[in-house]
Amino acid sequence: MAAPIDQAAAETLLRTMSLIRAFEEKVSEMYAKVEIAGLLHLSIGQEAVAAAVGSLLRREDAMYSGHRAHGHALAKGADPGKLMAEIAGRAGGYCGGKGGSMHVAAPEVGFMTATGVVGGTIPLALGSALAFKERQQGNVAVVFFGDGAMNSGSFSESLNIAGLWKLPVVFICENNGYAEFTPISAHTLVERASEHATLFHIPAVTVDGNDLPAVLEAAVPAVSRARAAEGPSLVECLTYRLRGHYEGDPNKYRELSELADWKAKDPILRFTAWAAQAKLLDAATVERIEAEAQDAVTRAVEFTRASAPASPADVATEVYA
Amino acid sequence: MSAPLMAETFLQAINGALRLEMQSDPNVYVLGEDVALGGPYGATKDLAQEFGENRVINTPISEGTVVGLAVGAALQGLRPVVEIMFVDFITLAMDQLVNHAAKLRYMSGGQLRVPLTIRTACGVSGAWGAHHSQSLEAWLAHVPGLKVVMPSTAAEAAGLLRAAIRDDNPVVFVEHRALYYQPDPPDLPPPSSCELGQARVRRPGRDVTVIATGRMVRLALEAAAELAAQGVEAEIVDPRTVQPLDLLTLAESVRKTSHAVIVHEAVVPGGIGAEIAAQLQAAAFDYLEAPIERVGAPFAPVPASPTLEAAYLPDKAAIVAAVLRTMGHGQKA
Repeated sequence: MAAPIDQAAAETLLRTMSLIRAFEEKVSEMYAKVEIAGLLHLSIGQEAVAAAVGSLLRREDAMYSGHRAHGHALAKGADPGKLMAEIAGRAGGYCGGKGGSMHVAAPEVGFMTATGVVGGTIPLALGSALAFKERQQGNVAVVFFGDGAMNSGSFSESLNIAGLWKLPVVFICENNGYAEFTPISAHTLVERASEHATLFHIPAVTVDGNDLPAVLEAAVPAVSRARAAEGPSLVECLTYRLRGHYEGDPNKYRELSELADWKAKDPILRFTAWAAQAKLLDAATVERIEAEAQDAVTRAVEFTRASAPASPADVATEVYA
Repeated sequence: MSAPLMAETFLQAINGALRLEMQSDPNVYVLGEDVALGGPYGATKDLAQEFGENRVINTPISEGTVVGLAVGAALQGLRPVVEIMFVDFITLAMDQLVNHAAKLRYMSGGQLRVPLTIRTACGVSGAWGAHHSQSLEAWLAHVPGLKVVMPSTAAEAAGLLRAAIRDDNPVVFVEHRALYYQPDPPDLPPPSSCELGQARVRRPGRDVTVIATGRMVRLALEAAAELAAQGVEAEIVDPRTVQPLDLLTLAESVRKTSHAVIVHEAVVPGGIGAEIAAQLQAAAFDYLEAPIERVGAPFAPVPASPTLEAAYLPDKAAIVAAVLRTMGHGQKA
């Protein structure tokens, strides 16, 4: 099946990837300048997965993420200003600064929550899916997680229940080869999330996660299956984070040559080359989209800087509904 | 002439409350192991027949994922009621309970709400040993964002469960297993209110305040009867929810009696009694005539042998002794 990408779709997909890239580069810079505190896990290099999957979702669909969540939130339509302000601990952030990078939620656009617990949101996605199944409105729940989560009990338990109850959930594994600092081979003999899913009778496929059309081609039937109440699917995207596990990670566990190899497989460069070849995007359009992404991030920075730091008076508010 | 109605047991009260809430709100769902079959004790009896197995859902033995799933469903507007067969197994769900159910409201800056109820059985009964008998409410009460309910009567179990289901926060509803088949005493007036966070004075008394939770309330009442024979009038107060705690009612009683004994089945160190004592000494220090006494289990896991179990459980004699200690404090022997 050819990937269903026309010119408008190509522009949208590039817009999302460019926005994520520009956003992540900016927060990295702000972190280095101590304008942002905390733990930042950036998704530079993994943008194709978020962009492809996000492009298939409606606002009412539920998306969950893990600790590397900024790109997912943006792909679901989160406002870059409110997201950045949240990461920067400002009152104007989505969560008033109480969530931060790892626990950001933007339910107004269906980005339900991220989590600091690896694998933690996988069961939550099942819950949204259960509600969707009961309401029969064709909504889907999507959850992103990494290869580290493959070895969590909640992953296996969730595959079991999702398959058993035919829940409209799409599992997206961003297999970037490392659980924190340790290569996947040191953690498991089952190196493919798709193998886990197959065990639980869930349709699953492993694709090149830096090849956006390939991700889309796998995600389209997965999302369609869920919308049609036919049950869960898993799409495993082999990808790579071009930054450390967290900002400040000395990166001692991987070779520079490995990084260089993956830089050559940059998903944005690959997509623009592919789209140029397919005559979907010309150089001027790419340039315009990338400039727009930079502008959006500049506005996000302005919004963030104009937003007051979270007030100490709010330290113990919103604990209970 | 019709036969008198059989008094409702604690379990029947739970079952009735679930039925009423499921009838009045289509968003109320019940999930747990064996719940569609009525559950191990019958708390969910006949609910699947009445509401369908899509709303009374049998789950695999995957407590952590089931609670996480219920959190996600709650975010989407359902009001799940999850049965965790024994509070001992809530350990498997603590990650979801503590890191998501309890915190999502706060972490999202008030954007999210988690109207989730977890029903779970606690307590020592029948020599079931270390993994089916614990009292872990203090762990739960320590987590900002959770509410923790410990009903002691059937009528209150019904009222408090309905309040828990209607609450927009995650509520852990801890049912003492030994109460399940007991009806309330016929002379017990129905509770005037079952709001969460409201204590109930079960017996007025002028001399000493005995604060007891769950099954210990009955034991405290029995101890009070014995004490009355010795001329000591104990006021028995049941907090009913240990988070939030109704400090006002507890402190008001202690200001009147100037003596306090706290009784729970959980082990004493780090138990909820420690928190209650700390709050009481801050709120009523000038009124206290003696140190606050605590009665609970020894600092040991729950044993299996009936003889050990009997030695483990706080009993009436221990409550009476604690009361007499605090009453006699400062008097020369």
